[in-house]
Amino acid sequence: MTERLEQSTNGSVAIRTEHLCRHYQMGETLIRAVDGVSVEIQCGEFVALLGQSGSGKSSLLNLIAGLDRPSSGSVVVQGCDLAKLSRQELAKHRLRTVGMVFQSFNLIPSMTLLENVELPLRFAEVDRLKREALCRVALDRVGLSMRLQHRSTELSGGEQQRAALARALINEPQILLADEPTGNLDSHTGTEIMNFIREFNDSPGMTVVMVTHEPALAERYAKRMIFLTDGKVVGDRANGAPTPELAGGGPS
Amino acid sequence: MKLYDVAELAARNLRESVLRNSLTTVGISVGVASLVAMLSLGIGLQQLADRRLEKSGLFDTVIVTSRRDLRNFSREQEQNGPAPAESPSLDEYVRQAIMQMPNVFEAYPDIRFITELRFEDRPHLTMVAGLPSSTRNHDAFDGMAGSFFSSESAPEAILQKSFAEQLLGRKGSTEDDGKVADLAKPLLGKELTMRYAERVAASGESSAHPDPAGMAYSVVSREQTLKIVGVCDLDPDSLRQQARARVFLPLQLAESLHVMQPSDLRDPTSMLGGKQTFTTLQVRVNSPKYVQGVEDAIKKMGFNTFSIVDATKNLRQFFAVLDLFLGIFGSLALTVASIGIVNTLVMAILERRREIGIMKAIGASDTDVKGLFFAEAGVMGIFGGAAGVALGWTIGRVINLATNIYLRRQHFPPEQIWFVPWWLVISAIAFAIVVSLLSGLYPASRAARLDPVQALRYE
Repeated sequence: MTERLEQSTNGSVAIRTEHLCRHYQMGETLIRAVDGVSVEIQCGEFVALLGQSGSGKSSLLNLIAGLDRPSSGSVVVQGCDLAKLSRQELAKHRLRTVGMVFQSFNLIPSMTLLENVELPLRFAEVDRLKREALCRVALDRVGLSMRLQHRSTELSGGEQQRAALARALINEPQILLADEPTGNLDSHTGTEIMNFIREFNDSPGMTVVMVTHEPALAERYAKRMIFLTDGKVVGDRANGAPTPELAGGGPS
Repeated sequence: MKLYDVAELAARNLRESVLRNSLTTVGISVGVASLVAMLSLGIGLQQLADRRLEKSGLFDTVIVTSRRDLRNFSREQEQNGPAPAESPSLDEYVRQAIMQMPNVFEAYPDIRFITELRFEDRPHLTMVAGLPSSTRNHDAFDGMAGSFFSSESAPEAILQKSFAEQLLGRKGSTEDDGKVADLAKPLLGKELTMRYAERVAASGESSAHPDPAGMAYSVVSREQTLKIVGVCDLDPDSLRQQARARVFLPLQLAESLHVMQPSDLRDPTSMLGGKQTFTTLQVRVNSPKYVQGVEDAIKKMGFNTFSIVDATKNLRQFFAVLDLFLGIFGSLALTVASIGIVNTLVMAILERRREIGIMKAIGASDTDVKGLFFAEAGVMGIFGGAAGVALGWTIGRVINLATNIYLRRQHFPPEQIWFVPWWLVISAIAFAIVVSLLSGLYPASRAARLDPVQALRYE
């Protein structure tokens, strides 16, 4: 995994969106969830997408993840224009290129942790003899080696999110997409999860795109922050740089 | 996803809703069971009819007569062929020639005569016939009390039920269901004395009148003691109507007695050299389908022939239609079961909507999701099919058992009216799997089409 990521952290573009739109028709109302977003994220960056509820940050993340298709514009991830991919190719993109963690963990409750983490390996058709060893290593890395046979309902929120992280990373993706990963956790556990995410960003140099509505969390961990309002990018700055308002420019 | 992973996950999912999936599987098994029970009954009845027809000997027999007897079976036979006087005679030589024909199983003369039998010093006049040992398997002997002849030439007799009643003075009894065993009990092992007219070739010296053709014979009255070995219920001579025999002797014994036959009266007037001739030859072929060929070959030899048109073909057609209808009725339950599968899987999609969304988010393709639901339908089909065959087999056994209890109470021999061939077992399971997969088609494609974003929002 490390080799693959090192190759991609040499300043090349991991994600590029151009005039990306995702509009929904709700009855007679047109919802502009993502409305002409053009951003570029370099390999190895840790980007936080910030905004209020309904600002379109999760919709943007879903478009990057290949879970959703744009209404117009393009989203290019690791050189692939997702709008042009077939359903089968999009599934492969979700399996190989990106790993996702969610606010509500999204572990399958009827499966043990080991089975949950093994699931992407099954879809990737990894030999069953190798699978268990890979899962044990991944769960050990997030400190869950003693909980392999537990079901998600028997675990705390933090443990569930750690297992979700192990599952997201099991197929060695180049990009980790996290949708409010600490939203359902207390601050202590949230910090623990964020430390793991930062570790993955630092050590193998994985690109991380995290959705959050907590500026403090973004400021503490992200290297760059993109602000969204009503589906539009209203601010984009490196962490530590003055806010657009302070700089006097203000997002348009 | 690899096949064993699909199977493993499908089995896991089925275990999660074990009650609902078991009930659906029971539904399939009831459907398959009804199909198997219906078809096995149809097949069993067909086999029973085939067995009965085969045992009746009606459709594999050609009756051969000489045109010299002026006994034509149809006008066409009367007009075609050689004139009666120029026709060959039915003798041992012809019998051997017919025996050599392909597909001929046996050819034996029909020896029957009316004569007097004495039982306990009382005379009884009746028709007596010789029976070859091959008729041992004739259905007329199915319910026989006692045993068949110990050999082809044993001085033994088998009585027809009505003659047994006559011997015991029960003639006129209106009871149709009089038991053969009851009739046989006082008769078996007892002796009958048969008086008959033997044809004895006359020696030229002793005759007052010279016989240039050497065809003169004498008729001598003889007696033969016969041991009663069996009493049969049905009539092995059922086709002969007025010429039905009531007492049967082993064929070789009947031949060796040289009983005067009606055709013997005509012999002295012909120029046949005094050979023994037969009134009728019964020619049995290996299968009803060979009857026509053998009949044609015998006609070419200049004899008249008679056979009953092969009815088994029509019968098979009838059973094919019967099987079709039984199959359709049996399939109705399977159709209902297939709706159950659709319902179960659609419910599973609703319940597992979020799970499908998660799987898609972490990389499952449409094919993976479709494969999972297909496999679940297939597994239910396999288990339902196997259980259904077992259930259908059991139902068939019970029907057979109940029928045989009924038959025994009605004094009929037991019968196998139900039969499950291997092809039915395999086809029923295959059919159940196909029906299950077809039922899984819609739910599987619906699950595969689920929008992962919508599915992940579902609580």
